[in-house]
Amino acid sequence: MSDAIPMPGGRNRFGSNSGQPLTRRDGVLKVTGAATFAADNHPDRLLHAVTAGATVSRGRVTFLDVEAAKAHPGVVAVITPENRPPLAMDPDEKPTRFSFRTEVLQDDTVRYAGQPIALVVAETLEAATEGARLLSPRYEEEPARHGFDAVDTYEPEAVGVGAPAKVGKGDVEAGLAAATRRVEVRYETPGQYHNAMEPHAIVAEWDGDRVTLDTPNQALVMSTGAFAAWFGIPAENVTIRSPFLGGGFGSKAIIFGGQVLAILAARMLQRPVKLALRRDQMYGPVGHRGATRQEMRLGIDDEGRLTALDHLTTSATSSFEEFLEPASNASLNTYATPALLARHKAVRWDIGTPGPMRAPGEASGSAVLESAMDEAAFAAGLDPLEFRLRNYAETDPASGKRFSAKALRECYADGAKRFGWAGRPLAPGQMRDETGRLVGWGMGTALFHAPMFQAEAKATLRADGTALVETAGADMGQGAWTALHQIAADGLGLAISMVEFHSGHSGLPDGGIAGGSGHTATAGSALHAAGTDAIAKLSELAVGDERSPLFGAGNVGVEARDGRLYRADDPERSESYAEILARAGLSEIGGAGQGARDPASAEERAMFSHGAVFAEVKVDPDLGQIKVSRLVGAFAAGRIINPRLASSQLYGGMIWGLGFALEEQAVHDRRSGRIMNANIAEYHVPVNADVPEMDVILVPEDDPYVNPLGIKGVGEIGITGTVGAIANAVWHATGIRARRFPIGIADMLTRPQAA
Amino acid sequence: MNLSLTLTINGERREIVLDDPRVTLLDLLRERLHLTGAKKGCDRGQCGACTILVDGERINSCLALAISYDGAAITTIEGLAEGDKLHPVQQAFIEHDGFQCGFCTPGQIMSAVGLIAEGQACDDPERVREAMSGNICRCGAYKGITEAVIDASGKLSAGKERDAA
Repeated sequence: MSDAIPMPGGRNRFGSNSGQPLTRRDGVLKVTGAATFAADNHPDRLLHAVTAGATVSRGRVTFLDVEAAKAHPGVVAVITPENRPPLAMDPDEKPTRFSFRTEVLQDDTVRYAGQPIALVVAETLEAATEGARLLSPRYEEEPARHGFDAVDTYEPEAVGVGAPAKVGKGDVEAGLAAATRRVEVRYETPGQYHNAMEPHAIVAEWDGDRVTLDTPNQALVMSTGAFAAWFGIPAENVTIRSPFLGGGFGSKAIIFGGQVLAILAARMLQRPVKLALRRDQMYGPVGHRGATRQEMRLGIDDEGRLTALDHLTTSATSSFEEFLEPASNASLNTYATPALLARHKAVRWDIGTPGPMRAPGEASGSAVLESAMDEAAFAAGLDPLEFRLRNYAETDPASGKRFSAKALRECYADGAKRFGWAGRPLAPGQMRDETGRLVGWGMGTALFHAPMFQAEAKATLRADGTALVETAGADMGQGAWTALHQIAADGLGLAISMVEFHSGHSGLPDGGIAGGSGHTATAGSALHAAGTDAIAKLSELAVGDERSPLFGAGNVGVEARDGRLYRADDPERSESYAEILARAGLSEIGGAGQGARDPASAEERAMFSHGAVFAEVKVDPDLGQIKVSRLVGAFAAGRIINPRLASSQLYGGMIWGLGFALEEQAVHDRRSGRIMNANIAEYHVPVNADVPEMDVILVPEDDPYVNPLGIKGVGEIGITGTVGAIANAVWHATGIRARRFPIGIADMLTRPQAA
Repeated sequence: MNLSLTLTINGERREIVLDDPRVTLLDLLRERLHLTGAKKGCDRGQCGACTILVDGERINSCLALAISYDGAAITTIEGLAEGDKLHPVQQAFIEHDGFQCGFCTPGQIMSAVGLIAEGQACDDPERVREAMSGNICRCGAYKGITEAVIDASGKLSAGKERDAA
């Protein structure tokens, strides 16, 4: 396991906390049940709210038996479009760039199955649940629109969050015409649902025109503005407490209608209200990974080099809002090619609006890119790894920029060695295990952006030599409370035990968004900068005071470590933080810091984390059962702050890849459009028994351009590469290219074996 | 309509009066007794986040109607540690990093405690994975969970042998 990677000399002081595999700082709270998630809160006089969801996919609600619901003992209020109190914002408005149109009982229209059509508030959860059931809605139903061939496509202006829908370079048609071999394939990926273990929940309590919200949130300070807009109050009147998130994966970055309705009910009834979604209510109102149809054309020359790459994705969105899985953009930065085109079309279905879900775009796009590359390697008669090495991108294929750092060759080499890739037969269907199962090996390249957003932090050194650091960050399981704490302690030159870390509360400095694999880099940079700012102020006190042993050290500088400032040229001369503060008569000294990318670096370099994933699968030749038996991933993602937690993120991402490849899909009824498996038993996510022996290798990488700390991110890259590696291993075992995900038993039994 | 029942929860005898027969054991613990360690992930017995021990056996408390458990002894995650001293399974989950977000963790740990008490072969990773598959971890911390169960099981059985000797 990789330890701390030394920084290039002198660029930034870095202490002894980062790089250590500390256990989670919140571990004891989590193993004793003391970690408080949103729905665990019980303010006095609490009311329970339950939404009633539409049972048709499109149409109008023509009747709700409100009287029956109100007559149920314990029911306090039934809110429908008839009596919903006004909101300060039109539901079609977007206060932030992560705001989506949502349902707040604005009218009787049904836009998807599961859409909230009423809110029942009661003294007990049981009464609210029964009240919602008693509404027995009737509808004027219209036919549901669903399926890539059932509706017309349109040309979108943007995909993902504001990314261009079409990007390219060179002449793809000429490249394809010049190719000696072409691979033209069509793949499909289904709608997938985040299914964080913690269902979305909110406890809302008003005090005059101020409201306090206990709700899991991946973007605390930004969300205060969004909630404030709904209620016509200043953002500072909204307090969000989100000390723990029970998983987010993108679904808790965006405000949904149910939250607004619960807050509204609390204001209307002048009592605190709790709303916790049922699992089935998470299939529609809170986003999902949109379905895609992807068409790829690859041209290859005699040397096995790409002459052109064309990736066309048709992404499905809702009838009323747009979030288009930017899958084709996964092909922009991975392989060298003289001609490259990434483009998107869109279709509208009667479904809830998709949204960002762990590696949005990259997961679906990488799944297909890596599968198509495998098909191309076979067409070229080359080993899949050798084929990828021949098409290794020395510069970013899309922009032509140099990479900030790219240790992908090392990832390929280390991963292949650990897996034992050498000697893999080129043809499929060649290997069997001792029980007769078909064995296949596949691999894929992993790649994910290394972005930074904006964050702020404060650090306060206290008279007793301890410190407090603060930023409104979010820990949804990635380990932010630990990794950010480590970085903050290093910024202050203190042991982590001397530093108190406050986060997860919107009243703190804006910690930015926990998403896009950029939280550690962004909030971490802000915390480190706040610490160094506090130390700089402390240093000024010392070097300017003739009573200090550091007096006059201003020119040579001082170093902060273990709670003391040392003269840079004479470690014998030092003084503790507490001594400096005491002499100055100060109870504390504060610093502030910001985290954001240096625009010049961003302009000059392309910034990505990279990796290589190798998979072994075993397929029962009679039953078609597919089991992943081994997974090895080697990843290079800059400086690793905590190898224990980073590995866990990568394992988790690879397990998501396994789910994508073999398990996860929302199955819609073709007539009604409803999801038939809107529960966590029939929507399969990986369980412990599905998960094989896994290996994660942290490949050392020094990236001096991403940020002064050299931090990239590891939250999402694990899913990329893995899906393709598993699909390719299934093909290698059986000769079957399913070309749709998830690959299942039916694919193994109903298609002729090519091998 | 009031229904009374007696439960021993984490060693403490509790006389409980319910005004509603629909209350599940999970909702009783969480919403009325404010023991919120057990989590509601699905309310359908599909995810395992609500796992508790009833008379020493692990069950999904979301599928149990409270009134049908009169007289039962219940252990929840809150009752596992002895003061500040963590139960060996809790300690192992921290050491092996058997969680990320922590939401499924109380259920995972109670399930592991129940599993070890069942006397199943907890030294075999394959068996542990199978026997822990009623507890979903969406974060995917399964490697740590499996290692933690094996480690804690070994320590607990070593402790028992010491006690017996």
